[in-house]
Amino acid sequence: MQNDLTAQVFELIRSASVDLSPDVEKALIAARDKETEGSTERGTFDVILQNNKMARDNNTPICQDTGTLIFYIDIPRKTDTMPIEEAIKEAARQATKNFLLRPNAVDPITQKNTKNNVGEKAPYIHFEQWDKDYFRYKLMLKGGGSENVGTQYTLPNTPLNAGRDINGIKKCVVDAVFQAQGKGCSPGIIGIGIGGDRCVSYLTSKEQFFRKFGERSPDPVLAEMEIDLYNTLNKLGIGPMGFGGKTTVLEVFAAKACRHPASFFVSISYMCWACRRKTMIIKNGEVQYD
Amino acid sequence: MIKLTTPISEEVIRNLKVGDICAITGIIVTARDAGHKLMVEERPGFLDEYLNGGVIYHCGPVVKKEGEKWSFVAAGPTTSAREEPYQAKVIESYTVRGVIGKGGMGEKTLEACKNYGAVYFHAVGGCGTLLAKSVIEVITVFKLEEFGAPEAFWVCKAVDFPVIVTMDSHGKSIHADVKKASNEVYTKIMTELSAK
Repeated sequence: MQNDLTAQVFELIRSASVDLSPDVEKALIAARDKETEGSTERGTFDVILQNNKMARDNNTPICQDTGTLIFYIDIPRKTDTMPIEEAIKEAARQATKNFLLRPNAVDPITQKNTKNNVGEKAPYIHFEQWDKDYFRYKLMLKGGGSENVGTQYTLPNTPLNAGRDINGIKKCVVDAVFQAQGKGCSPGIIGIGIGGDRCVSYLTSKEQFFRKFGERSPDPVLAEMEIDLYNTLNKLGIGPMGFGGKTTVLEVFAAKACRHPASFFVSISYMCWACRRKTMIIKNGEVQYD
Repeated sequence: MIKLTTPISEEVIRNLKVGDICAITGIIVTARDAGHKLMVEERPGFLDEYLNGGVIYHCGPVVKKEGEKWSFVAAGPTTSAREEPYQAKVIESYTVRGVIGKGGMGEKTLEACKNYGAVYFHAVGGCGTLLAKSVIEVITVFKLEEFGAPEAFWVCKAVDFPVIVTMDSHGKSIHADVKKASNEVYTKIMTELSAK
């Protein structure tokens, strides 16, 4: 049973690392087609698309930065989570040994690399109980370059002249994407967390990357904001890798969480074009990947 | 497409301009944060034979060892901005002619490119598998135990490694140009959002 689960999680990691999801691939092709024939921008998208095909065919990582492993797992009530944690750690060790993951867990005091992606709070695992009788594992591989350009604002914000309203939120997002330029491996996917405390705000922004491209927020105000920001941000002309061009962001996802009356956080998480996340459902012993 | 072979002469470097698409053949040396800090603070001599007229690559590869032989599995560029405090000094003290990375670098590095005859080459970020194909051999590795695989100095042989010059030795930077142009749009958007 335990061995089965390790193998299933290993496959989840493998597919996230080497096989970019169809919705992301489709957005990259559309972005390529918007650029002029023979331009550096179009050439850059061609290289990206060629790389993704090679990674899939050769079973090697899309990007050498295989990121931080972030698991969100929905579990039936009263599930013992210990065996799941153990299976995830073992799968991470095996995936590192098989060159599907780079050893990316470093002790911040000794600077020693654990060499197997397992260590304190690594991989990061978040469990949530739900009313269903089956399991859903969501995995994201979050690259470091894009993580470094993520940022958090508090409203009101004097330098941006931004208040506690929709336009104030939009200003934070425009500023974050402008400051990032091409450094987060643009075109990026923008996750926005509105409200919460500092932690919840950032978590909310990052969880959005599990959404499928084109999936709008159920909240009509946020859905409109997502579309509006997508159009606005693509006017910045930063383009792929910051070479200039028509596509600076591939998607914008926003979500909210209740805030303390005194606080108003707007958090922006940036995901590189190599938006690697996959889902695995285990139901009555049957495994499905998406 | 301009073909370059390491070691590269100052004359060849001075002829390169932003926007030039190049293919690099010869030795390149990977170095990231721990490596740059070491090169500036301790200036180890073991890198001289590879870096004089040579090329530094901001990269932390996924590597594979079969028997005693290492190879690159995935090896795209990492964000170069983190090396901005060190790069100018490294270019000067080792006579480096090219730096490969992503995202571009700042004014200090641009100034060093101008003063000492070097350029910044941009590789397409995220393309780990494709770029690893251009690295045909790992010659040696330094500081593997101490720094770990991503941060070690990997000395390797590349063939037709594909890059674009985005900062040249004449003070021109595509990154500065794009930032300036996007800043104009940014200012306009922020003004509109204040008016609404």
